Amino acid sequence: MNYEFDFSFLAGAWPRFLHGAWLTIQLAAVAIVLGFVVGAVCALARTGGSPRLQRLVGAYVEAVRNTPLLVQIFLVYFGIASLGFKISAELSAALALTINVGAYSTEILRAGIQSVAKSQIEAGECLGLSRLQVYWHVVLLPAAERVYPALSSQFVLLMLASSVTSQISAEELTAAANLLQSETFRSFEVYIIVAVIYLALSFLFRAAFWAIGQLVFVRRRRLGTPL
Amino acid sequence: MNSFSLTHVGYLAVAAQWTIVLSLLAFVGGAVLGLILALGRVSRLAAPRRMAVAYIQVVQGTPLLVLLFLSYFGISILGLNVPPLLAAALSLTLYTSAFLGEIWRGCIEAVPRTQWEAAECLGLNRFGQYLHVILPQAARIAIPPTVGFMVQVVKNTSLASVIGFLELSRAGQVVNNSTFQPFTVFLVIAFMYFALCYPLSLASRHFERKLHVGRQ
Repeated sequence: MNYEFDFSFLAGAWPRFLHGAWLTIQLAAVAIVLGFVVGAVCALARTGGSPRLQRLVGAYVEAVRNTPLLVQIFLVYFGIASLGFKISAELSAALALTINVGAYSTEILRAGIQSVAKSQIEAGECLGLSRLQVYWHVVLLPAAERVYPALSSQFVLLMLASSVTSQISAEELTAAANLLQSETFRSFEVYIIVAVIYLALSFLFRAAFWAIGQLVFVRRRRLGTPL
Repeated sequence: MNSFSLTHVGYLAVAAQWTIVLSLLAFVGGAVLGLILALGRVSRLAAPRRMAVAYIQVVQGTPLLVLLFLSYFGISILGLNVPPLLAAALSLTLYTSAFLGEIWRGCIEAVPRTQWEAAECLGLNRFGQYLHVILPQAARIAIPPTVGFMVQVVKNTSLASVIGFLELSRAGQVVNNSTFQPFTVFLVIAFMYFALCYPLSLASRHFERKLHVGRQ
C-alpha cells in the first residue's frame, strides 16, 4: 500500500465544509423543534385520546419506526412531486426528518407521560389548575425532564441521520462532501474530514442539549437531583 | 414506459433477500466485535476500557453514511476493486459493533454485584466468572434490546444502496426509474421493510415482557 494522503485541497475548500456544517445544523434544528412538537401532541393523543386516535398514532409510530429513513425520504420527495406539487429538496428533507423524529419523540415522551403518577394529576386538579395547566406543569414538563437524556440522544442521532438527505440532493454537509470529492478525487480524505466535522457536531449538539436542559428544567438546576 | 406489475414485485423480493444477507453479515460481524468491545468496556484495566470508549464515541458520533463512504474508498486505496457487498458489510459491522458493545456493557453491568462475589467465592478465575456466571445472566437481559437493535440494522442496510449494492432500496430506485410511479414503488418497498422489521419489534417487546415477569 503506497497511498499518499493529500489534504492540500482543504486550503480552498474549507469554507464549503463550514457552510455544509451550518446547513446541517439548520436542517437538524428545524426537524428537532418541529419533531418535538409533533411528538408532544402525538404522545398526549396516544395516552389520553379516544381509542381511535390512539390506534392512529400507534400506527404512525410503528410505520415510521419499522421502515428505513431513506425510504421515507424517497416517499416524501418523489411522492409529493408525483402528486403534482413542486417542493424543494431541502423542504422535503426537513419534512421527512420531522415525520421521522416525531415518531421517535412520541414513543419516548409516551414513556415519560406514563411514568407520571395518577395522584400527581389529581393533586394538580385539587389545586384548581385548569386542564391545560395540569397537562403542561404536571404531565408534560416532568415527563420531558425524566426522558430528556433519551430524547437528546435521539436528536443527536437525527442530526447524524440527516446526512441521508444528501441522497435527494438536499444541501447539507454530506452533499457538500459528495460534490467536493467529485471535483478533487480525494474521496478518502474528504470523508475523513467530514467524519471529523460530524463528530464535532455531535459533541456540539450534546453540549447544547445539556445547556438547554439546565435552562428549561429549573427544578433540576436548583436541586441537582434526578426526578 | 411500463407500469408497476407483479414482475417488479418479484424483482424486489429477490433484492430483499440481499437485504437479509447484508443484515445477517452485519449482525454477526457486529456481534463478535461488539462482545469484545463490551468486555473491554467493563475491563479492570484502563487501556482496553479507554480504547473501547474512544472507538464507541467515534463510531456513534459519525453518520453511517460517512462510515460507508470511508470503507468504500478506504478499501479501494489498498488497490483492490471493492465489491460493494464487502464495503457495506464492513461499515455496517463497525456501526453495529459500537451500538451492541454499548448495549451489552449495560447488560453486563446490570448483573448484580453479588453474583461476581459469589463466583469469586466459588474459586472461579476471572475467565470462569464471565463464562459460567456473568455472561449467561447478561445474555438473558440482553435479548430484548438486541432484538430491538436488529430492527435498526435491517433498516440501515438501505444505505448500502448509495454505493451501488443492489438490495431492496436500490432495487426500488431501479424500478422507479423504469415505471415512474414513485408513490406505489416506495410504498411497496416500505411495506417490505415493515414486513421484515415489525416481527422483530414484536419479538423484542414479547421478550421484554417475559423477562419482566421472570424478575418480579
